[in-house]
Amino acid sequence: MPDMTTNQNVQIRSAFPKCVRIDSKPHLFCPGCGHPEVLKALGFAIDELGLQAKTAFGIDIGCSLLAWDYFNMDTVETHHGRTIPTMVGFKRANPDAVAIAYVGDGGAYAIGLSHLMNAAVRDEKIFVIVVNNAVYAMTGGQEAPTTLPGMKVSTAPSGADEHYMKAPEMIRNVNPTAFVARGITSVQPALKMLMKDALKFYLDGKGFVFVEVLSQCPLNWKTMDKPQETFDFLEKTLAKAYPVKRY
Amino acid sequence: MAEKKFLMGNEALGRAARAAGAKAFYGYPITPSSEIMHFWAGEFTTEQGKKDGLVFLQAEDEIAAGFMLVGGVLAGLRSFTASAGPGHVLLQDAFSMAEAMRLPVVAYLMQRGGPSTSTVIYSQSEVNLACFGGNGNGFRVVYSPSTIQDLYDYGIKVFNTAWKHRFPTFLLGDGYLAKTMAEVELYTPAERGIAMVEPEAYLLEKNRKRPLAEIVPSPELEVREDGGVQYDCLRNCLNFEEETAAVNAEIMAAYAKAAPEILEWENYGPTDAKTLIVAHGIVAAAAQAAVDQSGGQARLFRPITLQPFPLEELRKAAKGATKIIVAESALNQLARFVKDALYGVTSAPLIEYGRPSMGILPEEIVGLITAK
Repeated sequence: MPDMTTNQNVQIRSAFPKCVRIDSKPHLFCPGCGHPEVLKALGFAIDELGLQAKTAFGIDIGCSLLAWDYFNMDTVETHHGRTIPTMVGFKRANPDAVAIAYVGDGGAYAIGLSHLMNAAVRDEKIFVIVVNNAVYAMTGGQEAPTTLPGMKVSTAPSGADEHYMKAPEMIRNVNPTAFVARGITSVQPALKMLMKDALKFYLDGKGFVFVEVLSQCPLNWKTMDKPQETFDFLEKTLAKAYPVKRY
Repeated sequence: MAEKKFLMGNEALGRAARAAGAKAFYGYPITPSSEIMHFWAGEFTTEQGKKDGLVFLQAEDEIAAGFMLVGGVLAGLRSFTASAGPGHVLLQDAFSMAEAMRLPVVAYLMQRGGPSTSTVIYSQSEVNLACFGGNGNGFRVVYSPSTIQDLYDYGIKVFNTAWKHRFPTFLLGDGYLAKTMAEVELYTPAERGIAMVEPEAYLLEKNRKRPLAEIVPSPELEVREDGGVQYDCLRNCLNFEEETAAVNAEIMAAYAKAAPEILEWENYGPTDAKTLIVAHGIVAAAAQAAVDQSGGQARLFRPITLQPFPLEELRKAAKGATKIIVAESALNQLARFVKDALYGVTSAPLIEYGRPSMGILPEEIVGLITAK
């Protein structure tokens, strides 16, 4: 191992992307939350493509809202489920902007589903990132459209029903040319590559860009003190129901 | 060049937005406002519309239209929507955000029957909603036009009020005005010496002249610099009661400062008339005719801005009146403002003539004036 204290040729890569607002750290998310990992992957991709000063970052209500001062980027917090139409309106008015809507699975697939599907059908030139942790996290662990069958949550104490929503699959159905993919927080290099490819597709003006990221919520999964269980659930259970792939 | 044209109210509004230099329309169809949208869709597809960079988007619903409108304003375009009734209800979600962050959204609201889906025709039942909708304290500007010419004049003015003072600004018309055809004098703001206030983006503004810190309530804004570039972060979710109190106090202070400049009203008729009629919108036009027919017995006070409400001016107008009539095509929506304003100021009896969703004819008002 090189001696990092004396060797001037060794470059220590920062743990954070350059566009991150360091003085707002430590971040506001719970310990072990997946959001910061999604944001970091996005931030590195934004750095590599030099998009920091061109990005308008729209964030939804729910845990997503804690990202409001995560970056040194122009950012706006909207209402629950309404970030997609806000960024659609923004992008139509400012075609040069990199308009990103950062939303949770409740915001995107329940209260804001109509906006998501219609934006996909209209092939709006925005980049939608949905963080899927299979639960309403901030409001107290209620059942989400993504909660898996049998999961015990505060509004389904004896276990969630058998229905759950696979959004990338739905979006591919209504928009054959959009960029549609699902990533996972636990494989960071792949997630960063996915974000970068999504942004490149966006920059080429090819159409609607949609990335869902499977993410962990140790608090509501009740695995705060059991990281192995957290990642087992993420990688073995969630990723089995929701395949990590490009569509 | 100024010219006169015979136009439907909704088309007069579409032309007003165009004359004001509005750039973006986001909306969802609803009777009786839809022709405003049709007009913009037409403009959007013309060569001139393309050259002017017009934006037009028919949204999936009014909730989306409202937030797209917020997006258009955040991007720094004079942006607007048009709606009515149940659509107006849905727009309040976005209007509430606009109120919190002081985003100058503009809406032409053409009242139809209510509550619920009701009729597509007419009422004055959206006064409460336009003035106080949302979960806030009514920090918005509401104009009530009386004639088709008013639609054009105030259809232009709303954009300047919105962008100068940075409050959500609404033109509250109604279905009768929307669908009536009349002669309208069309002009450009420049021809009347009206300077249009230049909009600025809230996000990605390259040439900021007015810092956001002067506009957005301080708990909702973080401005940082990185590599010589300034970054603005806006939020509306707050952590503490004190922050929310501060947001409201700051908006209230800005509103109080702007209000004297925004307030508009009209007194009509002989100043010594003993009967005072208070009416707004198209009902005020009927009341004017009633004043003309009443042989000097009555005069009219017409609030042109319902929010802010010309409280002091109404108090002045009430002096010397021995009878006050509030006429409106709704129940206790305008009358509530009047009672608020006149509490403890006059002992004259107040006659409430509330006819929800019904038009009010001059003869009806004359009858109230002459009734013993």
